[in-house]
Amino acid sequence: MKCAEFLHELTNYLDGVLDEKTKVELENHLSWCHNCYVVCDTTKKTIEIYRDSQLYELPEDLRGRLRSAIMTKCQQQKKRGPQSV
Amino acid sequence: MGAIQNKLAGPVTEELELVRAAKGGDDTAFEELVRRYDRNVFRIAQHITQNREDAEDVVQEAFLKAYGNLAKFQEQSKFYTWLVRIAVNEALMKLRRRKPERTVSLDEEIKTEDDSLPREIADWSPNPEQQYTQAELREILSKTIHGLPPGFRTVFVLRDVEGLSTEETAAALELSVPAVKSRLLRARLQLRERLGKFFQKRESGDGNQ
Repeated sequence: MKCAEFLHELTNYLDGVLDEKTKVELENHLSWCHNCYVVCDTTKKTIEIYRDSQLYELPEDLRGRLRSAIMTKCQQQKKRGPQSV
Repeated sequence: MGAIQNKLAGPVTEELELVRAAKGGDDTAFEELVRRYDRNVFRIAQHITQNREDAEDVVQEAFLKAYGNLAKFQEQSKFYTWLVRIAVNEALMKLRRRKPERTVSLDEEIKTEDDSLPREIADWSPNPEQQYTQAELREILSKTIHGLPPGFRTVFVLRDVEGLSTEETAAALELSVPAVKSRLLRARLQLRERLGKFFQKRESGDGNQ
């Protein structure tokens, strides 16, 4: 496997959807190509950091306010009868 | 290096029971659906709009639209995927209103295939996120993802942050599976490259890198 092919398969590899043969070829490539190993490792870290970041968590007080606003508006909509929204 | 596991939304059958009850007029069932997905919708909306007030509006408008159109929901996909599609459309509309000078579309073809090829290969320090406080880290992550075109960051957020499958992401964004995969790869590589500026291993005694 060449570096360009590795890059092409990287997303499938990280998502765990590569067939066994390609996975073995890719891991073999990673065992000797340091650059691709670093790209693979830091891409994986990138995903994990974003996943674990708790970026844009909805604060509980705002959450409560939004929910009650939503339910009030839903009930108003119901009273007005079916309509296109 | 193993594959990254996705976190999945709650049990599908239970969700369907709530949806059917809500369709039958049970507002407590709908409120339960709001409670189940409001955090996700808020996160997606803020990632797309990059604006807190807009994200709050999107949460309200998306659920209100879902409520008004519940009868039209065919139950062929998960309710959550259907809701995400509504929320993404609402968020893109907000973004268009805010940035009328730039057409915002998920279909835009962005630069060439090569623009995300790794140029910077330097390794990161171990546990790079621990070099920063939580607040600093959030700032870095937020600014970094903001630098991606909306079509890229939306795919990344749905797939990698919210854990939708490639097929669900494609359905929610009305894109083909290959288009989702190609954008996801480019989004991941661009984020990796940009984060490298903050997370790179520093050589001792050398302030410049």
